[in-house]
Amino acid sequence: MAEPLIFELSSPGRRGTVWPACDVPQQPLETLLPAARRAQPPRLPEVSELDVVRHFTRLSQMNYAIDTTFVPLGSCSMKYNPKVNDRIASLPGFAQLHPYQPAETCQGALEVLYRLERGLAEVTGMADCSLQPSAGAQGELTGLKIVRAYHAAQGHPRKVVLIPDSAHGTNPASAALSGYTVREIKSGRNGLVDVAALREAMHGDVACLMLTNPNTLGLFEREILQITAILHEHDALVYLDGANMNAMLGLVKPGTMGVDIIQLNLHKTFSTPHGGGGPGAGPVAVVQKLVPFLPTPRIERQGDRYVWNDRHPQSIGRVRSFYGNAGILIRAWAYLVAHGREGLVKIGRMAVMNANYLRARLAPHVELPYGRTCMHEFVASLAALKPAGVTTLDVAKRLLDYGFYAPTIYFPLIVSEAMMIEPTESESKETLDAFADALIAIIDEARRDPELVRTSPHATAVRRLDEVQAARQLDLRWQPAPGEKASR
Amino acid sequence: MDYVANTTTQEQQMLRAIGVERFEELLSDIPASLRNPTLALPAGVAELELVSRAKALARQNRCAEELDSYLGAGMYEHHIPSVVDALANRGEFATAYTPYQAEASQGTLQAIYEYQTLICELTGMEVANASLYDGASSLAEAALVALRVTGRRRLLVSEAVHPEYRQVLRTYLDGNGWPVEEIPAPSGITDRAEIAQRLSHDVAAVIVQTPNFFGCVESLAELGEAAKRRGALFIVCAYPIALGVIQPPGVASADIVIGEGQSLGNPISYGGPTLGFFAAKQELVRRIPGRLAGRTVDAERACGYVLTLQAREQHIRRDKASSNVCTNEALLALRATIYLSALGPQGLRELALLNLQKSHYAHSRLRQIPQVTAAFAQPFFNEFVIQFADSVDTQRLEQRLLEQGILGGVSLGRWYPALKQAWLICVTETKTKAQIDRFIDTLAQNVQVAHG
Amino acid sequence: MNIPADLRYTKSHEWARREADQKSVVVGITEHAQEELKDVVFVELPPVGKAVKAGEAVAVVESVKAAFDIYAPVSGTIAAVNTQLERQPQLVNQDSYGQGWFFKITPSQSKEWEQLMSSGDYTKALQVST
Repeated sequence: MAEPLIFELSSPGRRGTVWPACDVPQQPLETLLPAARRAQPPRLPEVSELDVVRHFTRLSQMNYAIDTTFVPLGSCSMKYNPKVNDRIASLPGFAQLHPYQPAETCQGALEVLYRLERGLAEVTGMADCSLQPSAGAQGELTGLKIVRAYHAAQGHPRKVVLIPDSAHGTNPASAALSGYTVREIKSGRNGLVDVAALREAMHGDVACLMLTNPNTLGLFEREILQITAILHEHDALVYLDGANMNAMLGLVKPGTMGVDIIQLNLHKTFSTPHGGGGPGAGPVAVVQKLVPFLPTPRIERQGDRYVWNDRHPQSIGRVRSFYGNAGILIRAWAYLVAHGREGLVKIGRMAVMNANYLRARLAPHVELPYGRTCMHEFVASLAALKPAGVTTLDVAKRLLDYGFYAPTIYFPLIVSEAMMIEPTESESKETLDAFADALIAIIDEARRDPELVRTSPHATAVRRLDEVQAARQLDLRWQPAPGEKASR
Repeated sequence: MDYVANTTTQEQQMLRAIGVERFEELLSDIPASLRNPTLALPAGVAELELVSRAKALARQNRCAEELDSYLGAGMYEHHIPSVVDALANRGEFATAYTPYQAEASQGTLQAIYEYQTLICELTGMEVANASLYDGASSLAEAALVALRVTGRRRLLVSEAVHPEYRQVLRTYLDGNGWPVEEIPAPSGITDRAEIAQRLSHDVAAVIVQTPNFFGCVESLAELGEAAKRRGALFIVCAYPIALGVIQPPGVASADIVIGEGQSLGNPISYGGPTLGFFAAKQELVRRIPGRLAGRTVDAERACGYVLTLQAREQHIRRDKASSNVCTNEALLALRATIYLSALGPQGLRELALLNLQKSHYAHSRLRQIPQVTAAFAQPFFNEFVIQFADSVDTQRLEQRLLEQGILGGVSLGRWYPALKQAWLICVTETKTKAQIDRFIDTLAQNVQVAHG
Repeated sequence: MNIPADLRYTKSHEWARREADQKSVVVGITEHAQEELKDVVFVELPPVGKAVKAGEAVAVVESVKAAFDIYAPVSGTIAAVNTQLERQPQLVNQDSYGQGWFFKITPSQSKEWEQLMSSGDYTKALQVST
């Protein structure tokens, strides 16, 4: 049953909020704002509080989410989001704190942020960390600005960034935004970086390699030490896309692999809720020689006090307003404290174990083009269903009918009809079994009754949506029926 | 503690199914020397211990629940109706992924579509995206759009745009060789003569904020006309609550309207998470960074929603994408949608009027204090700048107010050396007349003490 | 697969046709390319008068889940663009060699024409790549 738009529930004169009467002496609006007053109110819905509650509750019921089902999206680490973290972030002492309060009134918040920086630096094996970037892609941008600043300080800002063809799309986009030319490195037949091709691509103008490890096939770069050494021979840097850090928690530290910069997606590895697309947080950790370039302001400890410091002349400057997504950072701190040493190791181990178990369960039924085992995720190809006229997209949609969110599909680009599956450590064997059974059943359906799969989903709030029409006949906002007054 | 579900028995079953004897075999691709590092971290704690520790730290902060805060400067304390938390905290919204599988994400998608509509209505623009990180990065993204669309190189940015936004703009543009020129605002609003003088045919965009960082309402129409005559884009950073009473930038020929949407139902939360909104004219629709939700039909011709125009985005266009943005602030956009729905047009207007009246009341009382002058004589919304006489030790004054439980204002000297004796003071609907009176009486008493 | 014999081709799946007056070259994408793309939802065209080099990306064609650059087969100046595609991008799918054309170039170097693939060469190239 479709839910009307909130605007369609509107009834003139109805209202959902009442404000207190104005208790100060009032002046005429014309005196206070002699010009540039709003002529007509915006067409906001006129609804009661109960209308609002029912509307958004009904909308929520159309969503699949971690709290309702398994979300095996590859490279997204859709793990359980502990409720206690939300509770902590909403304590008034954190949620009602203003960023421009004097530091002496924010010592608790500063301590949380400082300790999170230290914790993330320790987990990644790096020297220091900035919590400022708002998300993974902004972390990448920050990292690349640091690369540029580092080489500029050496007297020669370089021009080229090397990126393997299996990388996330944000990598080349961030490099281009930072003014670099992107050179793609083809993967070898084993799905890993072709070390010979990398060596050949190296020259004095290469600023850095943007590497994802484990890569988007869920494979650990076996030659990682050789790869980072090749870059360092030319004083180029190694940027690690930390989107897949969940595979490494407690098992290996990027700093020991020769990585110089890494961003962490706290909304993945550190369990902060995805929120239907954000907010996230993308802290950046670096080795010692890059610390002076981190964004400002920095939190520093002076005796037993914490202070802000923006006097770092070599810093790349600010990448966002205020001090980062503090409410998200507080949740990540809580997650780190709750788990501690052993807990983090357990996350890394169980993330790898669950992925390998699911991989083994599916191995007889799907093509697994790369690797014998995997780290935290793996990529299957459903190209074998093509003769039946069934695509990976069809299978993904059919999974929704079985009550599961679909894995990442058609990525990485180097695998045809790709399905990229990451179960995370949160899921039980029972859930993994149920998912495997569903996928196997759908593959069987695809052969017996392809039409059923091709026309799926059948059990969701809406049937398969026409994305072509959405793109050709853009409808990006509600418009009132003709005759109603325009806003302005 | 941890949140792992599998038992040790299940682990054994799983290892057998995988076909290995020991878990370590699965890590054989990791060079042995790097495996199983030591982690210098404390042991984990149970939830009970975690909550006590967090509460102890939260108590070390003196927040707006305990203090009367008159701080604004980009993050505003507004009342958040209870429905916002109750609805947005539902797990179906909060723990959902980005709505790539549209059929299983209609709740998020329809809410984004409604959000896009609301932002268009507020700003007077034709299209809006699903949100960006914050006001600062939205401004930088808008500038990048202008540079690409016009093929020009220069940007004119008012000094009355939030200083941190201008810093972020410089960081984003650094290395690309695009000069950012700052236009002074000596009278509290952007110097129109200076704009006119510098506005030649190589300017990509004129960027202003309204109400600006000093709280003053800019004369958008004139600036917009000037930009238009020279073929530059007119980019306006706006404060959404103020748009309840001031003219929407769309009326004043803005090409792009961006801003910080925190004030729409989101807690200040020490400066984040934030909500960058981004609205534009229809002709720029394909240049807009970030996600867009669109309405379409399903296989049975029923109405539904999808992410659309994705071919502009980084996961498809890679190094040629319109932006590197991936994450948006969907949950905050949802909160803004619930907030604006709960307020309605009348509620928003009344809210804006309350802010306007209360701040003017505070302003008129403050001006009666001998050591205080109004810095500017411009119309303002809920924020204004006052100057203290040179003899006033403003740091000491800040301290004295704090001792009385008052956060008096944001000192402007760190960004504007000429305004080292100035405070930016914000008064929202959250302050009663009694609180405002106490603030001003306390300030009046202590300005004399700090003075003497 | 329809690969008209009177057209020339590129490895990147553009076709080129010399107008009868020999003054301009019409460019579009091949039937194979439009099939691979599936439903075209948007075409971005270059400004008329723009100077282009052979092999330069001058237009973009988008489907729902993909975007591809369209390269100039020959150097010259953009003489005209098919503005109908702005409203009806589906013409690229429906009539890729006719109403689905992208732009016309006034060529500056006649010898580049000779270097383009014949229909036979393009057919062979397709067989190798598929």
